[in-house]
Order: sequence, then structure tokens, then C-alpha cells
Amino acid sequence: MRQVIHCKLSKDFLCLGLIILLAFSTSLSAQEGDPVTGKTLFNANCAACHQLDKKMTGPALRNVEIRLSNDQGLDRAWIYAWIRNSAGLIKSGDAYANKVYNDYGGTAMTAFPQLSDQDIDNILAYTAEVKVEPVAQATTTKTSTETTSSISNELILGALAILFVLLASGLFLVNKTLRRFAIAKDIDLPETKRTPLWKAFVQNQFLVLVTAIFLLLSSAYFVYGYLMQIGVDQGYQPIQPIHFSHKIHAGDNAIDCKYCHSSARVSKTSGIPSLNVCMNCHKSIYEYKGETTPEYSKEFYDGEIKKLYAAAGWDDAAQQYTGNSQPVKWVRIHNLPDFVYFNHSQHVSVAGIECQTCHGPVQEMEIASQFAPLTMGWCIDCHRTTNVKVEDNAYYTKIHEELSKKYGVDKLTAAQMGGLECGKCHY
Amino acid sequence: MSSNKKYWKSVEELNENSSIVETLKQNEFVEEIPTDEFLGNKDSLEASSTTRRDFLKYVGFSTAAATLAACEGPVIKSIPYVVQPEEIIPGVANYYATTIADGYDFASVLVKTREGRPIKIENNALASANGNANARVNASVLGLYDSLRVQSPRKNGTAISWDELDAEVVQKLTALKDSGKDIVLLTQTFASPSSSKLIAEFKEKYGNVRHVVYDSISESSSLDAYQAKYGERGLANYDFSKAMTIVSVGADFLGDWQGGGFDSGYSKNRIPQNGKMSRHIQFESNMSLTGANADKRVPLTPSQQKVALAKLYSYVVGGSVSANLPEAIEDAVKKAGSQLKKAGSNGLVVTGIQDVNAQTVALEINEYLNSKAFDKATPIKTRQGSDKEVMTLIADMKAGKVGAIIMSGVNPLYTLPNATDFSEGLKNTELSVAFSMKEDETSSKTQFIASAPHYLESWGDVEIKKGHYALTQPAIRPLFNTRQFQEGLLKWMGNDVSYHDYIKDAWGSSILNGSSFNQALHDGIFVGTIATETIDTTNNTSNSVEIPSGDAARALAASAKSSALELVLYPKTGMGDGQQANNPWLQEFPDPITRVSWDNYLTVSKYDATALGLVNIHVANGALNGSYAKVTVNGTSLTVPVIIQPGQAKGSVGLSFGYGKTLGLKQEMQTGVNAYALYKDFSSVQDVTVELASGEHEFASVQLHNTLMGRGSIIKETTLEIFNTKDKEHWNAVPVVSLNHVETLVTSPEVDLWDSFDRSIGHHFNLSIDLNACTGCGACVIACHAENNVPVVGKTEVRRSRDMHWLRIDRYYSSEETFSGDIEKKENISGLSSSLSEFGEMESASENPQVSFQPVMCQHCNHAPCETVCPVAATSHGRQGQNHMAYNRCVGTRYCANNCPYKVRRFNWFLYNENKEFDYHMNDDLGRMVLNPDVVVRSRGVMEKCSMCIQKTQKTILDAKRDGRVIKDGEFQTACSAACSNGAMVFGDINDKESQVAKLKEDNRMYHLLESVGTKPNVMYQTKVVNTTEA
Repeated sequence: MRQVIHCKLSKDFLCLGLIILLAFSTSLSAQEGDPVTGKTLFNANCAACHQLDKKMTGPALRNVEIRLSNDQGLDRAWIYAWIRNSAGLIKSGDAYANKVYNDYGGTAMTAFPQLSDQDIDNILAYTAEVKVEPVAQATTTKTSTETTSSISNELILGALAILFVLLASGLFLVNKTLRRFAIAKDIDLPETKRTPLWKAFVQNQFLVLVTAIFLLLSSAYFVYGYLMQIGVDQGYQPIQPIHFSHKIHAGDNAIDCKYCHSSARVSKTSGIPSLNVCMNCHKSIYEYKGETTPEYSKEFYDGEIKKLYAAAGWDDAAQQYTGNSQPVKWVRIHNLPDFVYFNHSQHVSVAGIECQTCHGPVQEMEIASQFAPLTMGWCIDCHRTTNVKVEDNAYYTKIHEELSKKYGVDKLTAAQMGGLECGKCHY
Repeated sequence: MSSNKKYWKSVEELNENSSIVETLKQNEFVEEIPTDEFLGNKDSLEASSTTRRDFLKYVGFSTAAATLAACEGPVIKSIPYVVQPEEIIPGVANYYATTIADGYDFASVLVKTREGRPIKIENNALASANGNANARVNASVLGLYDSLRVQSPRKNGTAISWDELDAEVVQKLTALKDSGKDIVLLTQTFASPSSSKLIAEFKEKYGNVRHVVYDSISESSSLDAYQAKYGERGLANYDFSKAMTIVSVGADFLGDWQGGGFDSGYSKNRIPQNGKMSRHIQFESNMSLTGANADKRVPLTPSQQKVALAKLYSYVVGGSVSANLPEAIEDAVKKAGSQLKKAGSNGLVVTGIQDVNAQTVALEINEYLNSKAFDKATPIKTRQGSDKEVMTLIADMKAGKVGAIIMSGVNPLYTLPNATDFSEGLKNTELSVAFSMKEDETSSKTQFIASAPHYLESWGDVEIKKGHYALTQPAIRPLFNTRQFQEGLLKWMGNDVSYHDYIKDAWGSSILNGSSFNQALHDGIFVGTIATETIDTTNNTSNSVEIPSGDAARALAASAKSSALELVLYPKTGMGDGQQANNPWLQEFPDPITRVSWDNYLTVSKYDATALGLVNIHVANGALNGSYAKVTVNGTSLTVPVIIQPGQAKGSVGLSFGYGKTLGLKQEMQTGVNAYALYKDFSSVQDVTVELASGEHEFASVQLHNTLMGRGSIIKETTLEIFNTKDKEHWNAVPVVSLNHVETLVTSPEVDLWDSFDRSIGHHFNLSIDLNACTGCGACVIACHAENNVPVVGKTEVRRSRDMHWLRIDRYYSSEETFSGDIEKKENISGLSSSLSEFGEMESASENPQVSFQPVMCQHCNHAPCETVCPVAATSHGRQGQNHMAYNRCVGTRYCANNCPYKVRRFNWFLYNENKEFDYHMNDDLGRMVLNPDVVVRSRGVMEKCSMCIQKTQKTILDAKRDGRVIKDGEFQTACSAACSNGAMVFGDINDKESQVAKLKEDNRMYHLLESVGTKPNVMYQTKVVNTTEA
């Protein structure tokens, strides 16, 4: 434990040193541009294809200006020309432009004529920043204290147990000694002739009857409760082959549920996203940069992204698909029996119900779990209380008018619309 | 004082030394009770180490284990696509237009696919000119998932690669090129412009190539007659919707006559409109689907048919025919002739007699009448075979003149009458290749089997009628390592173009004329404006002589030689030429006329049956048994079970093709006898001798020889004359009951036990079935099977009346000549003795009965008797008119089925899926791919029935809700109404007052089945009207 802390401290010092160094160096280089504005511009325009330190669709851009001028002798004007119209530069026969074009699979970079010189300067300033080593959180100490506290709890409990045993044996000894005294002093200890409690209980038939009924009823209650839980998997939280965190995707990054579960809009199933949907983003997101916990470290998340790459057959180094894919066998969480018909599009598109209504706070779930019981009673309760969204839907115009007249209400529940009929969900 | 009288139970007891009496004193039964037999083999039972106590332990343990295991839900895995195809959304069906062209059935259809799996065939509304999907086409999707398909190319029974096959075939073909021996391509009718072009190129490449087209059921004489008269090899195309007087002599045009597909046109004029409907007179031997639908049916033997047609010619066109006919038939022909003359260009004559003269006579009469229905511009191309060429080929093969034979889509060793000759010839060839989906009778005898794809995995084009083109496109990637015939030819010609590109190229240069290929592919069809030159696939017939008109009729009459008994071979509605014999849906499909499934049989008239001693027996469990008959044609004998068929012409017997296959199909499907063995000289009529054979055959008939016995409330029927002149009350009266001594309609609310729910809000679904338009073709039955995952139960279960068809087509015979005759007879019955004898008579059908078809499914009663008796409320009523059935709630008391007056509920006596006792498609992984994921597969012990395709109505509603629009009439469909191309079934919402079904509900012809029961069904029928106008 001590060693770990020591290690941690030295790393912290190193980081501190780096930061100080960085503060000085930034003020020295790239005086013409503002790296902060540059970062915003970079993220808006370039980040889809470029990273600072990693080759992606386009080359890594850290210190690109220095690299170009040192290796190729190209100045900033060339960079302006390239960014604003790379295709033109390639056409003009520029040697390096054509080399880059061919190296990156013959795809020309998107032209950004809207970027001003100042914008490009700012971006270049950002690219010229010195790489910051991520500061790992000092959480190890915290865990160590936690473990000690749990140890002390056990110690206290153990001590209490020993105390209790000592007390009990003490009392027994005292009792024994007193009896011995009594015998020694010839004092007659009165023999109590009371009927034992259990015998009295058995003799009282009324009490026996009441207890029996009570026991039967309570056991029936518990058995019924147990049986009704069979097949209800509320809280079911299986371990998935790839640790996919809904918290990071839907919560931290606020990605709309239906971006990935797109078929929920039109189909009866919400659909488990195919891996090409994952790769839409994860082609460029190859590492995790968000908050971490000791259980889910950055290395852990990065490892999971690697698993995705293996499954989708993506060679991250070469930035291309190997064609060697391995479909993921997810464990299905929400399982309706075959004899139940449920249609996502009816609820999502027609009724406009939030996914969270049935699936719970998915955006807070590190590991997804079943939120609702998915029992028929649960379905019916909602159908009884939920109003049908009839506004702006020509389908409902006539039936809404007629039914509201019949029931004398303005809003109609799904039940009033016929949503409790057996055949609507069972066929 | 006690009496010493001795009582005895049998004479045996008086014998004092009888051992039996002694034994009886000791034992209750003389013979030992066969408990060992009951428990199984005694030896094995004794040898078993499992004691009774062990057995109980096992039972106890497994029950406890199963109970505990049930408490924990299974872990279900979901595997999404790696790259999801753009057009596939899980849970949403895609439709593709394609065309079936298997050499027997040709139709442009839509294929419904779910997650990339074709699961159902539907009609392509754009392609009605190309024929609609019949029962076999509807069932063809199951052929894709046939577990006995050949999965890779094979050489002499061992699997090889395509490269090996190509190398060997090309080497052989090249070697044969200059040997003087022929290379023969023996194929089905492709009717494919691209295939013709390709074969021509193949001929060029290898020189001595001969292409022989072979239709297993020949239409050669019709083709020859048409070619002789019009110079083009094709079949006459008739638009029955333009004919008001139809005379058919032996043509089953509602069945498979000349490729079929005429029924929707026919049905259009069968519905009386403005007091008019067509008149249909049928002269035939077997009771066919067409004869059953005719206004007047005249039974006569095939030889009499020839004379009748010749006489008809003389009555219509002129001239005299010397031969004689029985008086009644003569009279019928005369009347038919005069009606035709009167009809003029509205008349039409068709004939199914396989004789060039007969076909010529029919063409001449139509020509003379200037029949509007006869479309000379667009002859049908779906049969191109030539009998002569096939015969020549077999002779050449035997003589060793054929070096190589490459077959596709044919199974000559099964379908040829002289299969042994072909088999011998096959041995003389140096190379034999069969493109086949099955290791069948033929392909198992060839050197190579080139595993062929199903049509849902293939590319192709078809010219169904001249100028009417259709495209075949794959709806799924090939399941196995297969290659289609055309791809094979391309490969062996050294052409690396794919057949898809080849078609695209061919269409671009000669068919499309600038139109878009993609549009044609999307539509599935393309109607050309330019006539393409059809490649003549026949050489011998080009020199046939033109027969002068009157001569044909005389020659026809002269050729009529009657014999004691004539056999008429015919294709059955379900099985056709037998290609799909391994299809359990079609095996279990009851024949529309005999209602027998899982069999073919000899149909015999009552008269001949009595003479020959053939009987049909109704046995105690309600099933049908029949005698066997030994049928001999020219030395070839078959032993066939017998069905006594009302309406069968005296002196004729019928037998259907398509059964008796022995290879390439499951044990259960090996039913019936192979009638092709009797198909001598490709003639469907044969002189025959029939003798009684020993034994009794057990049929699986879903309905026996039921007659209507004048019960007009089941099938209401009237004549056109009465329909036009009398009030509705006269021919379609609603039954009345007495309420306070006042006759009150049963439909009025005062006499009803129940209070009606208000159904005026929302949708209220109704289905109308027009008995006039329904031909009984059975496409709806198979469509229902496919849509609703209806299980196949097998022959023995059908025999026990445990068939699972949600939709059945009842067939009724009249006991008099007509149904109205029945009613008359019934009403004239007076007194006990008369009623006993005459009702007895009415139980048996007439010699030539009137026939009616009635599709019956759950009637979705508004006051349903089934709902009130269910102890667990598993069946309940929906506001939209559907009678719901919650399978998971059902406990299987079967009270509902008992209480149903229509007998439409079906009970799952067994588990029909994943059960090796029911080895049909639901027992193998491949076959289960056809299941509709939107409908539950039912388990053992639950009741099921027609749901009025609630999954389809729900989908239509949801689609409209999502789009935020009102539903148009025609959008609501059930599987049966969508499959019915005859307009007999109309489905819709009666609360939409403008809808077709709402109007049909108000129609005078409308009635409900068993209206007097007061069930208020949501299925209605339209009274059958028969056009009896003579002359």
C-alpha cells in the first residue's frame, strides 16, 4: 500500500512539472493564434477525420506546421491553400499534395473555403500545443481507507461476540456457585410445578386454531407472492459480452435513444443496433476520455472499445475493415413471451411516449437492467390511465369525436379506445 | 324350497368335459389378457434393470427438477447484424415482385420477406394479366425450405465442387463436339426470351446441340393445332370476362387446362349484374372444378366428347356429322349450339380433348363466332413441349445417338410412361447432367446432379403471353451451393457474365425499347409493344399440314372409338404435375371435389362401381374406406383405391397425376400411385380395364359424400330467372320466429337473448363471400396456412377429423339434379313412411349432381356461442367485430368447439412443431423459416381458429396511425381475401359506408350462415345464382 502511494505522489509531481513547463511554452510558440478558439474550430470542422496524436481518416495533426516545414519545406501559405481547396492543389500538380492524396486512399480532403486565415492560424495554434498527459485520479488511497474501515467493523463485531460469550459464561458460573452455596447452607430451593409453556399452548385449542389459520394464511401469502414472481425479471441485469454503458452514451453524451435504436420508430422491435451503427462514431472515438471510477477505469473502457473493433472487424492502426467480423451475442434483457404482441412504433411514434417511461432512467445505467416488471397488470394499468394522443392525427379525428360524445369526456384513455381487448395483444 | 332348475349360458356348459368351462370357472376370460403385448416386448421388459421403485424415483426427480428449472428464466441471446442492410428493418416486411415459372405454374407474384426470409406469396396487382397465384403457387414458398434439397453438386452420389463439375462437363462437351453424337438439352418450358437466346448461343458454340422441351402433362395437340392454324406455336388466349356463353367440352379451364389462370376472368361474369350473368355449359367425364361451377353439366365419356364437339360444330358452323349420341346428350349439344349461335361474338367454345382435330374445331368455332374472348394477338407461351420430339429423343438415346444429355426442370423417369426406355437410353449417353433441386427419380440416375436453386433464389425472365414479359428476381441469397441452368450454360460456354447481367443486356437490346429495367424489375412485369421473334423450339411440326375446316370435325367424329371403360387422367388442384409432392401444405390440402387429402384415387361412377363390385364405406369413426381396384392399361397395371364420384360419366374413370413419387421426398409424403405409368403416348384418355382388388384403403377425407338435402339455409341458391323476377323474400328470406304469436325476423333485437354492443364507432370488420364468384380453387386455404402458421397434422390425424385448416371449403352435392329439385322433393314429403324413405334417398348424391362450394371459417359471431361457455374467458369479443382467441389463456376444455354451430374451431391434440411424430416442415430448422413471426405458433392442448387475420388489420391500423391518415377502402385485407383473385372474398370495414363490403352487406343476395341460430356473424355470404336459361 505504501509503495502505491509513493508511486502516485511521484507521478503527481511529474504532472505538476509538466503543467508548469506547458504554461511557459505555450506563451512562447504560436503567438499568432489563439489555441482556445482553435480548439473549438478544430472540434467543429476537423475532428471528424483528424486527431492530434493519431492517424485516422486523415493524418495526425500535432505540430503539423513544424512537421511540414521541417520535412517538406512547406510554409503556412501552402496549408491555407490545402485547407481551402485541397482538390485544386492536387490538380495543380503539387508533389506533396498528390503524395498525401495517394497515401490516404485517394480521398480528397473536404474543402473549407469558409475558414479565414485567422481561423486557420487559431487551429494551427491549437495543434502546436504540447501534449498533456492525462492526470489519473488519486483514488487508490480512498479505496484503501474503505478497506480498513470494513476491517474494523469486523473487528468490532468479533470483539462484541467474544464479550457476549464471556458474559454468558460468567452468568452461568455465578449461578452455579450460588447453587453450591445454597446446597452447602441447606437452603431448600423451591421446585416450581408450573406446566411448561408449550404444553399450555397445546392445551388451549382456540389458540392452536388461530395460530394454524394464521400460519396457513401467511404461508399462502408468501407462496403466492413467490409464484407470482416467477417469470418476472424486474431488475434483471445480465453481464454483456461488451460492457456498453448507457450512462456514457445516453447520459453523459446525451445521444438520443432512437439514434441507435432507430427501428423503434417504425417497427415492433426497437432493434439492437448493428455494429455499423456503433462504428459510425467509434471509427473516430477510439479511447474514453470521460470520468472514470476505480471499477471502470479508462483502460477498462478502452479495452471494451477494442472488443467492439474486434467484433466489427476494424483495424484501428490501418484505419480499415479487415472483413473479419464476429457478431456480438448480446444477452437480451427485456423478454416478452412469444404470445404477447408489443409494438414499439405504436408507443414511440404514435403515442409519443418517452423511452424512459418503460425502460427507466437508462441514461443513468452503467449496466442496463430491466426497469419495469413487464407483467400484464403493468401494461393494463398504463392503458387505463394514459390518454391517447389524438391531436394532429387524421386517423383519430372521427373515432375521437364519436367516442368522446359517447363517454362524455374530452380525453380518451387507451382502454376506452379498445386497448384492453385480449386480441389486441394476443394472437 | 329351492329349485334345481339348471341355467346355462351357452351350450358348451352342458358338455361336462369341456375344458373351456373349466377354464372359465378359474378365470374371468378364456384367453389370457395380453398385458405383455400392451406393455411392449416381454423380453425387453424383463431384461430392463429399472424397477418400479426406480421408475418412481426418476419420475419424482424429473418432476421436481422441471419445476425448479421453470422458476429460472432462460438466458436469451440476441445477435444483431454486423452491417445492417439498408432496406431491412427487423420487424418490418419487405415485398419483392417476382415470377414463378417452374414449367407447370407460371404467375407473377409478390414475395413477402421478413428479415430477409421469404415467408409468403401474394398476388401482384399489377400483373393480373399474367395469371394469379393458385394454391400451388401460394404453397411454393415452402419448397425453398425443403430439407431434402440437394445442397451441392454431386457426381455419382458424392459431393464435388462446381470447378470439378465444370472441368469434367466442358471436357466431355468439347470431346463430343466433333463426334457426330448429339448434345441434348432436355428442359421444361422456360418461355424465357433470355434462355432461348442463351440456348441459341450454346448451339452455336457446340454445334450439334438439340433443345427438346418437355412438358410432363402435354399440351402438344393444342400447340400443334394453333400452330397449324396461326403459324405460331402457342396456346389460344381466352379472356373469359368477355364471354357470356361458355361451352366447354372436356376443358377444366378453372383448373390447369392449358396452363390455367382463366378463373378470375370467368368469375367476373358469374356475379349477376343488371340482371345478367354468363351461361356456362360443361360437357365432361370426370367431375372437375369447372364442371362443378357450370350452370349445366353434361356427363359423357371422352369418346362421346369428340362426337359432341363435332356435332356442336355442325350446329354452329354447319355441315353434318354422322356419328350418334344418346338422346339426352344430343339434345344438350343442340341447345348449346343454338345458345352459342344466339350469343354470337359473346360466345366461346373451349375443349380439353387432346386431339389436334378437336383443338382445331374449337378454334374454328370461335373464329366463326368471331368470339370477343379469343385474343389472337397474345397467344400463351407457357407450354411449348412437343410429344414427337420427346419420343424421337428417347428412340435416339436408345440407339446411342445422343452423347450428352443436360436436363433442367424435368423428371422424365417419374413422368414418362416409358420411363424404362429413357432409363436404358440414359445408360447409352456419355454425359448426363440434371439440374435439380432434389435427388429424384431422374437425377439419382444421372452422372452429375447440378444442384439447382429454388425460383426464389434465381434470376429469370418469362414471356407468359406474347408481349407480356415478367421478371424473376431472387428474394434471398441461395441457401445452398446451387447454380441455375442458365448460369451453367454460360459457364460452359466460357462466358463469365452472370445471368442477371445477361438478362439485363438481352432486355435492353430487344424487349425494353428504352424503358427502365429497374422499373420492370420493381413491377415484376413489362408489357412490350413490339412483338419479339419467338425462337421456334420445334423442328418437326413446322411441316404439319393445314386441315380444312369441315374436315377437322368429320375427322374428329370418325376418330371417336368408344370402348367399355375409358380412363381420363387429370392433374389435381393441389398437386398438379407432382413437382411439389414434398410440400406438406399441398399434401394436406383437400381436393375441392372429393375432399380427400394425402391420396390420389380412381374416381368411378356409382353405376360402374356397382357393376364392378367397388364400394366406399363410411366407418364408425366417421372416416371413409374404399375398395382397391386393379387398373390395367395396355398391359400396365396399378392398384388404386376407389372413390365413388357423383357426376362421373358412366363408362369413364378418372385418375390424377402427381402422386406415387418415391425419391426426393419424406416418407410421409410418399402417397398415392404414379398415374404417369398409364399416360401412354401422352394421351390423357386411355382404354382401361378395372377389376376389384383385395383389401380396403383408408382415406383421409375431411368431408364425406355430403348432400345438402334441401337445407337452403346453408347454401342459398336460386336461378337467374327467379332472381330477376321475384322479390328477395322469395329466394333469400330471412327466417322468422314466433314472438307473441307474431312472426318476427330472427335478426330483430326483440327476439334476441343478448343485448347488442354498440359497434357503430371505430372499425367493424366484415367479410363477404360470394358463392357465385368462388370457384373452389383453394388458393385461400393455402394462403391462410402460410399467414397463420397453421400446422400440418398428417394423414392419420386428418382421418380422425383432427385437421387444422382454419379455412375449409365445404362442397355440397344435390341429391336431385339440382338444389332446387332437392327443395321441391323435401317439401313434397308427407307422412312418416315417405319421409323415412325419401330422406334416406336424399342422403346420397345424384348421378349428376349440382355442386356448390362454400368457404367456411370462423364466422366471428357478434353473439358468439363459444364465448359464453369458455370457463376461463380465453375467447372474447373485440369491438372491431373479431372473435379473439387468447391461446395462453386457453386450458383446452373444448367447450367452445362443442358449442360452435359452424364447427370452425380446431384443437391442438398434439404438439405439431419440433415433434418427430409429425415430421413436416415445422419439425426441421429449415422448414420453420417459413413461419410468420407475427403469429404465435400454438402448443398442445389449446384451441385455435381463424382470427380474421387480426395481425393484418392491426398492422393496417398502425400504419395509418403512424402516417396520421384515414384508412382507404381496400387497405384492410385478410390472407384469404388477398389471395382470392376471383373477387369472391371481400373484406373491409362496414362502418365505412362507402366501402365495398358495406354495400355488399346491403345487397339483396346477402345472407348469414344459419341465420336462425341468431349468432349475428360478421362473415356473410352472397346467394348463389345459377343461370338456367335454356336456348
